[in-house]
Amino acid sequence: MQFPFLSIIIFTPLAAGLILLLVPAERKNLVRYISLAASIIVLGLSVGLYASYDINAGGYQFVERIPWLPALGITYAAGVDGISMPMVLMAALVIFSGVLVSWNVDDRPREFYSFLMFLGASVMGVFCSLDLFMLFFFFELAVFPKYLMIVVWGYPRTREYGGMKLTLYLFIGSVLALVGALAVYFASGLGTFDLLLLEKADFSTGFQQLWFPFIFLGFAILGGIFPFHSWAPDGHVAAPTAISMLLAGVEMKVGAFAALRVAITLLPEGAHFWAPAILALATINVVYGAFIALIQTDFKYVIGFSSVSHMGLVLIGFATLSREGLIGAGMQMFSHGVMTALFFAIVGMVYDRAHTRDIGKLGGLVRKMPWAAVGFIVGGLVSMGMPGFSGFVAEFPVFMGAWKSAPLVAVIAVVGILITAGYIFLVVRRVFFGDVPQELAAVGDVTVRDKIVIGLLAAIMILIGWFPSLMVRMVESGVDNILALLGGA
Amino acid sequence: MVSGEFSTTMILAILPEIGLVILAAILLTLDLLWRDERVQRLAWFTAAGLALIMAVSVLYSQPGDKPLLIWGGMLRLDMTGFVFRMMFLAAAALTSLFATQYESLSRRGEFYVLLLVSTLGMSLMASSADIIMLYLAIETTSIPLYVLAGFLIGDKRSVEAGIKYLLFGAMSSAVMLYGLSLLFGFTGTTSLYDLAASLVTSQVPQLLIYAVIALVLVGFGFKVSAVPFHFWAPDVYEGGPTPVAGFLSTASKAAGFAVLLRVMQVAFPDQTAFWTTVIAVLATLSMLVGNYLALAQKSVKRLLAYSSIAQAGYMLIGVAAGTPFGTTGAIYYLMAYLVTNLAAFAIVTIVEGKVGSDELPAFAGLSRRAPGLALAMLVAMLSLGGIPPLAGFFGKLLVFAAAVEANLIWLVLVGIFNAVVGLYYYLTVLKVIYLNRAEDESPIRGISVSWRLALIVSIIGIVVLGFWFAPWYQWAQGATGAIWLY
Amino acid sequence: MDFILNHLLTLILFTPTAAALVLLFLPAGKIRLLRWFSLAASLIPLTLAVTAWLRFNPNPDPQAPFQFVEQATWYAAINASYHLGIDGISLPMVLLTTLLTPLAVLASFSIKERVKAYMILFMLLETGMLGVFLALDLMLFFVFWEVGLVPMYFLIAQWGGKNRNYAALKFILYTMGGSLGLLLAIQLMGVTVGTFDLVALSEQWPTVAALSVPIGIPLETVKTIAFWAFVIAFAIKVPIWPFHTWLPDAHTEAPTAGSMILAGVLLKLGAYGYLRLVLPLFPAESQRFAWVLAFLAVAAIIFGALGALAQNDFKRLVAYSSINHMGFVVLAVAAAAYTWNATSAQTVLDKNIALNGAVLQMFNHGLSAAGMFFLVGVIYDQAHTRDLKEFGGLYAILPVYGTVLIFTAMGSLGLPGLGGFVSEFLVVRGVWPIFTLPAALSMIGLFFTGAYILKALKMVLHGPLNQRWQGHLVDMNVRELVVMAPLLVLMLVIGVWPAWILDMINRAVAYLF
Repeated sequence: MQFPFLSIIIFTPLAAGLILLLVPAERKNLVRYISLAASIIVLGLSVGLYASYDINAGGYQFVERIPWLPALGITYAAGVDGISMPMVLMAALVIFSGVLVSWNVDDRPREFYSFLMFLGASVMGVFCSLDLFMLFFFFELAVFPKYLMIVVWGYPRTREYGGMKLTLYLFIGSVLALVGALAVYFASGLGTFDLLLLEKADFSTGFQQLWFPFIFLGFAILGGIFPFHSWAPDGHVAAPTAISMLLAGVEMKVGAFAALRVAITLLPEGAHFWAPAILALATINVVYGAFIALIQTDFKYVIGFSSVSHMGLVLIGFATLSREGLIGAGMQMFSHGVMTALFFAIVGMVYDRAHTRDIGKLGGLVRKMPWAAVGFIVGGLVSMGMPGFSGFVAEFPVFMGAWKSAPLVAVIAVVGILITAGYIFLVVRRVFFGDVPQELAAVGDVTVRDKIVIGLLAAIMILIGWFPSLMVRMVESGVDNILALLGGA
Repeated sequence: MVSGEFSTTMILAILPEIGLVILAAILLTLDLLWRDERVQRLAWFTAAGLALIMAVSVLYSQPGDKPLLIWGGMLRLDMTGFVFRMMFLAAAALTSLFATQYESLSRRGEFYVLLLVSTLGMSLMASSADIIMLYLAIETTSIPLYVLAGFLIGDKRSVEAGIKYLLFGAMSSAVMLYGLSLLFGFTGTTSLYDLAASLVTSQVPQLLIYAVIALVLVGFGFKVSAVPFHFWAPDVYEGGPTPVAGFLSTASKAAGFAVLLRVMQVAFPDQTAFWTTVIAVLATLSMLVGNYLALAQKSVKRLLAYSSIAQAGYMLIGVAAGTPFGTTGAIYYLMAYLVTNLAAFAIVTIVEGKVGSDELPAFAGLSRRAPGLALAMLVAMLSLGGIPPLAGFFGKLLVFAAAVEANLIWLVLVGIFNAVVGLYYYLTVLKVIYLNRAEDESPIRGISVSWRLALIVSIIGIVVLGFWFAPWYQWAQGATGAIWLY
Repeated sequence: MDFILNHLLTLILFTPTAAALVLLFLPAGKIRLLRWFSLAASLIPLTLAVTAWLRFNPNPDPQAPFQFVEQATWYAAINASYHLGIDGISLPMVLLTTLLTPLAVLASFSIKERVKAYMILFMLLETGMLGVFLALDLMLFFVFWEVGLVPMYFLIAQWGGKNRNYAALKFILYTMGGSLGLLLAIQLMGVTVGTFDLVALSEQWPTVAALSVPIGIPLETVKTIAFWAFVIAFAIKVPIWPFHTWLPDAHTEAPTAGSMILAGVLLKLGAYGYLRLVLPLFPAESQRFAWVLAFLAVAAIIFGALGALAQNDFKRLVAYSSINHMGFVVLAVAAAAYTWNATSAQTVLDKNIALNGAVLQMFNHGLSAAGMFFLVGVIYDQAHTRDLKEFGGLYAILPVYGTVLIFTAMGSLGLPGLGGFVSEFLVVRGVWPIFTLPAALSMIGLFFTGAYILKALKMVLHGPLNQRWQGHLVDMNVRELVVMAPLLVLMLVIGVWPAWILDMINRAVAYLF
């Protein structure tokens, strides 16, 4: 048993969250620094693990196993492969950024940061799970921080509705998936929740076709699949900045990731059977999401719907069941996570200073907050799949995968890119360029902490854009395993 | 395997019951000795006594691998009885501590004595192996509870609750007794463990057996407050003293499940298909009715009352599975539910006492007034909602898993649907606590140490049951196995 | 030194990017520093490009036509690599780009606000343009193709004229819209052939026997669609009538240096795309649809000229002239496409002449258009109007400016002795035997070219002096002359002695087709 790096990544936020609850409520700075320290530890460890992951060896690494409930074959099993490792890194980045941009939260920061940390532990736990039970355990752990943070610290006008809608949608999805997972557990006859063992269980074709939609759809709801996506924009908009970042950046990936890890790898024949349906829905995601984003007047809703659109590409990548598609989906999960976190961070910065998110009332902010403008533009370019940014590196293989399995999807989905370019440029122009309205004359610049976030996230997207091998090779090693399960498709 | 001779085992086997009787007697005496200064003491004494009984039981009256029928086949010393007894004792101990925040209860010794007697009855319910014993135990449990529900004689609602509970209880007891007597008539035996074989040999028409099962289920359904035998529950919980409501909704329900599980599985193994179907229907109704009525509630106490009906529905899923795994799940669920619901009612007690109302708005601003309490309520509500890493999550997981295993997919889907609805109102309570502002946001003070201790124990219980499954699961498994073991 | 020579193209390509990074950390307030640093930085790629030109082997091995090749793994998962190389077609374009950038930077010294951002964008723009000319991998090509758009968008949107937002959005949506088809076609080809390497693709794609894609459409149709995707993407960029409507707006609204680069280099990207991608990858389709291209080219020549003639805005007039001039390039491409598998020596010769003319026309137009836009900018900076009717008789007060303007305009018009004449002559000479009618029609266009250029000269320089300018306009300063000097010299040199550059182009063209 080697040093439990992954457990530290999972439990540092959890411990921090508990410790925070013991800190006196009025020591707000102490609270902030504890959270920052925890997020730095997590980020540092994630970067370290990312760097030391052996791509040539592939497979699951840094594996830890502790019997949890042997009677039911439940194990605490943590490990990462080429697909989850980038997810862990991305989550660590977003958590760190989330801590920094929330520095100004002044209403009960202790609870705020504590819940934020719980949410962080939850996502890390899911990404590292090698055990189906453990995956659900951490998956559902996110329910209450999500809900309470949206409701308590969210956008007053919609937070109650948005928070409840989001929580219930995701809960119903996860419980549906849970039922599917239980069916898998019993049908395997292995008496274990270990994903690696279940992968090898030979489920009958009929079983796979019956249960695949439960699990896939259950998780994909969190991934924002059409027509169950409507929680996403409402929830994202209602949430406070850091939670929007985590929700759209990480949580949606948790859904997609779990759909891949559980539904597709355990039930490959089911995946083959249902792939056309998923492709169809995901294509609607891409085009419809982009189109709705185009007609929004609320800055944050634009980004909220853009997430729906982009997650469609991830799902398309999955459903192609091809090498390129899966690689692209893996890259897109990372890229979109970082990008959308940056987007929401900037939306938050703008809103905090301008006190409005109405695109019509904003303008000329490049003069007031140049960093935010540049960051948003970088995010926008990633979002429209501009070459030289991580979005392109991710979307290109997705489309190649689509060509291989359903060319029509590629042709239709590409329209989404054009619409994306349209709304990004429109928003950039209206919010950041043009003249500064009278009411915004006194708006100040972003803080140094904000600049760190913007700089860090933007730099990563550009870096991946120019040097895709930094990440693609790792994702590829993870995809190979899935392809083997899919029967080399 | 009835051991006719008297032996020390027989005494050891009923150590908890003996302990309860002694403790009750001592309390009656102390009640006379300690006049005014006893507010806290009686509670502490009861709790300590119960804890001692638990310790002694764990040490000396743990059943062996082989279940024993003792006292002329009246009682059965097995893991099932043992696990349930521990649950009742724990619930009683926590309730007595929680009651310290409820002056009109804690000042009076009778409260503790009644509590103990009722616990004694439950204890016997869980280990009875004879239908006569069973009936007696049920009545021993119920009668003190009728009194407790109507304990606040100055409060109309409490009196109404007591009477209502009594009427419903008496009626369902009568129906059940009718069923039990038919059973005796058909088979000529009162021993639970002989019934099954006798039913086969006596060649009673299946239809009649079904009728008997239905009659018996009325009584059990009343105890576990399953729909449609639930009408008493909301009114009694609301009207009765809050700590009593907590006790009623947990220990009493657990006792109901203890007999339900044992009697159904032991006496009617050949009719499993029938009674699992009936119970599945009861489960569905309980979940639906409980949850949907809970949605409409403004009073948190009433909300918890309906929620506890729904919770019974989830547990019934485990029973309806009709498998050992389902039974294990139901028992684990009960343990989880026990600590959770006790904590929830305890917090309602505090708010009721400090704010003077148990309506939802009374909870507003709680997270500012008492962050710790708010957090505890968070834990309790989420556990009820089935969110990890809390007890309720694993309980739900187990019963759902059992139903999946038993191929009752439709029932699971109903369960899921209800879990979502349930989460909705649990979250609504949390929303009020964390989001809404109250006019008076001064910190809540004056919470007794005993109450705090009990709450901390419950919360620890909720969390521990929620992630450290192995020992408790083993217990539940042991309890399951022992039901069947001859 | 070896390092530099071994990585010459990479250095050319990324020096501007590095400069942009450095600029990022320079203080925004020190405008002089920013300007001079950018100028110095942009001279490095020029030096390197000249080095490449000097070391370029004019007689390349036909088996390995590309020189200074660099190859490195880049996106191995989808078989796209970092593959750079130049031949006789791309080298003049690289030279043109690296030459025009310092000139444009120098021309931008009149920019006063947000100089830092401006210069950073300019540097990035240069990398984007160079990448297109250097890339030998289709995916890499596309990357740079798109990368160049973004800085240009912001240059127009931020430092442009009154209607800049509209123009910038129109520019980027048109070009991105065009790129979508290109993107899809590239993906399709990549999936089918399994590589994005241009050398490999141009060998395998034209002869590919079956698609590995379940598309349910005959291969021929798919190829035709892909062909049109390429053609339209490049047609928008060139631009060919009727895809040109973004151009007058973008050129007119862009800042002076932006217009110089737009007209000087960006339009060449489209034409280069025809030569580098469309002809080698789709020879059969190109031949089949050559007449369409020829027709569109003639339309561009004639309508471009007529459009220019109708303008009263000086800058718009110059903008339309670009459509007119680029039409000749496309016409030559169409002719070459029509005869790609010709065997008779005479036809091959005609084809080569036409293509030589096309490449040289690209180079020449880069010089003259950049010069014209700059000269428009010079007068606009002072007069704050571009309305031709408000000028008049300026020759009297601005003799130097007038002379330079006449010289450049003549280069653009195709006066014998200047560059434009050589290339347009070559095009028409090469096309005539192949597409006689279009060639003849294009001569009509040439006639109108003369008309609008003379109109512009007349309205600006001659006639009665508009008195409001008396004493308000000063003549060109040294900086402005320095910008124009290299352009004027090159126009003259090519006009008088074109062989130095034509030789090189000719060999590449001969190999390519």
